[in-house]
Amino acid sequence: MTDMSQPPLSPIGQPQLRREDYRFLTGAGQYTDDVVLPGQTFGHFLRSPHAHARIKSIDISKAAKAPGVVQIFTGADLAEAKVGGLPCGWLIHSKDGSPMKEPPHPVLAQGKVRHVGDQVALIVAETALQAKDASELIEVDYDVLPAVIDITTADTAGSAVHDEVPNNVCYDWGHGNKDAVDAAFKQAAKVSTLEFVNNRLIPNAMEPRAANAHYTKHDDSYTLYVANQNPHVERLLMSAFVLGLPESKVRVIAPDVGGGFGSKIFLYAEETALVWASKRVNRPIKWTAERSESFLTDAHGRDHHTKVELAMDAKGNFLALRVNTIANMGAYLSTFASSVPTILYATLLAGQYRTPAIYAEVKAVFTTTAPVDAYRGAGRPEATYVVERIVEQAARDLKMDPAALRRQNFITEFPYATPVGLTYDTGNYAAHLDKAIQLADVAGFPARKAASAAKGRLRGLGYSCYIEACGLAPSNIAGALGARAGLFEAGEVRVHPTGTVTVFTGSHSHGQGHETTFAQVVAAKLGIPVANVEIVHGDTGRVPFGMGTYGSRSLSVGGTAIVKAVDKIIAKGKKIAAHLLEAADTDIEFDNGEFKVKGTDKKVPFGSVALTAYVPHNYPLDKLEPGLNENAFYDPTNFTYPSGTYVCEVEVDPDTGKTRVERFTAVDDFGNIVNPMIVSGQVHGGLAQGLGQAMMEACVYDPDSGQLLTGTYMDYTMPRADDLPNFTVDHTVTPCTHNPLGVKGCGEAGAIGSPPAFMNALTDALGVKDLAMPATAERVWRAAHQNA
Amino acid sequence: MSVPITLTVNGKAVTANVDPRTLLVQLIREQLQLTGTHVGCDTAQCGACTVHLNGRAVKSCSMLAVQAQGAEVTTIEGLSKAGELHPMQSAFRECHGLQCGFCTPGMVMSAVNLLKDKPNASEQEIREGLEGNICRCTGYHNIVKSIQRCQSGKVGNTGVAV
Repeated sequence: MTDMSQPPLSPIGQPQLRREDYRFLTGAGQYTDDVVLPGQTFGHFLRSPHAHARIKSIDISKAAKAPGVVQIFTGADLAEAKVGGLPCGWLIHSKDGSPMKEPPHPVLAQGKVRHVGDQVALIVAETALQAKDASELIEVDYDVLPAVIDITTADTAGSAVHDEVPNNVCYDWGHGNKDAVDAAFKQAAKVSTLEFVNNRLIPNAMEPRAANAHYTKHDDSYTLYVANQNPHVERLLMSAFVLGLPESKVRVIAPDVGGGFGSKIFLYAEETALVWASKRVNRPIKWTAERSESFLTDAHGRDHHTKVELAMDAKGNFLALRVNTIANMGAYLSTFASSVPTILYATLLAGQYRTPAIYAEVKAVFTTTAPVDAYRGAGRPEATYVVERIVEQAARDLKMDPAALRRQNFITEFPYATPVGLTYDTGNYAAHLDKAIQLADVAGFPARKAASAAKGRLRGLGYSCYIEACGLAPSNIAGALGARAGLFEAGEVRVHPTGTVTVFTGSHSHGQGHETTFAQVVAAKLGIPVANVEIVHGDTGRVPFGMGTYGSRSLSVGGTAIVKAVDKIIAKGKKIAAHLLEAADTDIEFDNGEFKVKGTDKKVPFGSVALTAYVPHNYPLDKLEPGLNENAFYDPTNFTYPSGTYVCEVEVDPDTGKTRVERFTAVDDFGNIVNPMIVSGQVHGGLAQGLGQAMMEACVYDPDSGQLLTGTYMDYTMPRADDLPNFTVDHTVTPCTHNPLGVKGCGEAGAIGSPPAFMNALTDALGVKDLAMPATAERVWRAAHQNA
Repeated sequence: MSVPITLTVNGKAVTANVDPRTLLVQLIREQLQLTGTHVGCDTAQCGACTVHLNGRAVKSCSMLAVQAQGAEVTTIEGLSKAGELHPMQSAFRECHGLQCGFCTPGMVMSAVNLLKDKPNASEQEIREGLEGNICRCTGYHNIVKSIQRCQSGKVGNTGVAV
């Protein structure tokens, strides 16, 4: 029996089981490839087998006659229709003030192919196999050109990926105070240095990219089902910037999406070609990437080459940080590619530390590889790797305890304006460091190390104290930094006559569990059961607007938009209740699902107010519109700054190079937490991706031919269950000061903080200064033996 | 050319005409419209297409539909009856063993088979037993917990293992 003396538990903070799980567990999820439309046709893309080549001719005559072929399109058809290239959403200026180079990013190749997998033709047929069969009959005559693969020599390669960019340099950008940094280095008692690669990754969401485009002749409109993280952004970019269609004629639906991790943010050529072609064939066209296509054409991640120097005084106080990075853009500028190694990278180089002067130079280069763009963390993992590897190196150079050196340099007073442009609103870095040290039993490490040594094994321990900027983003700040879009979020709260609620959110869930978390927030605010709140997302035909889900922004930005809409519902409800209760608006308070007259026992439940709004017989119609339906847009005033301490402990078998993560402790400060079960799950997944990067994942192109050497799951090593440990995950809390939920975001932390923790542990175990990620058994074995 | 085949899928007799090159997963997804079985790769690595064939977990992308002639196939849609969840499905829900849901049907079908073979599998044996299934969301932490919970017979409790 329910104890009525206790108020019901607020849904916020509860490990509410997920409402989306039933459909996923019973096979009732509906992903893009599951959608079959009447008259369905299938698309297949003929792709370049070369990294770099001029197209001398394309002959589709045999293919056009193949069984089942509906129509074949090439770049010439798009050029004739004046279909433009794909846009880049962020303008970066070089140090000399010139804008970044933005060569065309064609939907189908125009005269040249620039990476293996570049799309050359679209074949539409009655079945997917017929489309694929027909593609083999297309004859393309290529004039092969030299591949450009090595980013350190791309600017002197002598082979231009784009004719209009002879040196392959997209931009050469600088950030911070160079003079102050140079001066500080002159004063330094100690300088630590490192040079390393942040290895290129392939995101590998388990659902391959897919799209199904449908043209409706009767109203001249388009519907696109697409595996995407931000359907409104997809629609805006595609309609306004490429196809020249009014947004009102394009509906984008991102149904169940099987993971994104950044790779499904972007507007890709494939869905654009499908939408355009669907009108030409006047039938729906579906394309689902084979995994091999995903490897070749999904936007990849990371791929930096960096030199870093840290200047310190004799006591180990950080004086200045100097960073020089070369970043790979790939063959074309993907949607947000230019912002990743700049705005999302150099602004995070302060980390958790009071380094007074920081300067970063970033040169972005074009290569004959797949485009590189945001992948889980997007710039922040790269920044964290730079900061946390050099800080660990500094501790070794100074022969100091790495935790003590970090603590000595921690920022302790907030708000704190960094020298790289961000203002951290709140945090308590010592708190998560302390908790992590305790949970990881750092005190017991020497004994464990000795036990390992007795078995002939090497054991190491490494820290990582990461910070990230989430909750993208204050639109005015982003705009000043080159963003070509706003970064607010929209939400609509529709209260139905019976008191149930449908929430329409511009955020998109592709595994994050918004249907549960957002319902918890709304239920708590309105004092109604979670079951009475339905969350709708991923459909531009139903949701008013949205900027989508990336950068751990959904709850802090999207959730706040919903909270603002709920506040409007409550404000209107108070006016209705005041009328019903014959009281002044200002005397009504709303608490736990009831509108009450302050200081009295007069009250009316939320459900009655909802019904009154839709059956306005006794209603102030002269002052108030009927209905209970509110929209809100929320533009954050600052980024949010999740932070944490990760401690990794590894054991190496020097005979085989096999490395096992023996312990991994993650203590994060995500601010307030709505659903701790989901948050822990996000951390686990992020850690797996970060450890995947550090231990096994590598995207490798052949330096001569430009062929992708890691184009399947047999070549690109994905973490499997027996590669990973049980994680110890815990939290500290300093609520975000500038959003009403006090939340900061949790989606990327694991992937940001874990690679340096692992590499610090591994280099500690091996006694080496550096080792290239991924730390494969071969590399570890070589390092172990080189050291011996 | 198409070849007639008959088999049993989720307890129902099915007759279909298939192009000989049709994979079992294509028959299941495209002709039978059982879209809970997913395709996550093209090299038989990811396990998203795992179904039970005559009681054994198989990757339905790595055999032809014609090879399933006369077989009994169970897909994720047929694992539970009448709206109830199989204990393994319940365990995944209770332990947050899924996020995006794409690998989940194959993961659950593999997990059921894993415990059928090794009811007392250790954590390490569970991890090794999942070698053929890739998940990109969960880090496997809660998938392992889910299988352990199913193993313990404690499914149905409302508490959540994190």
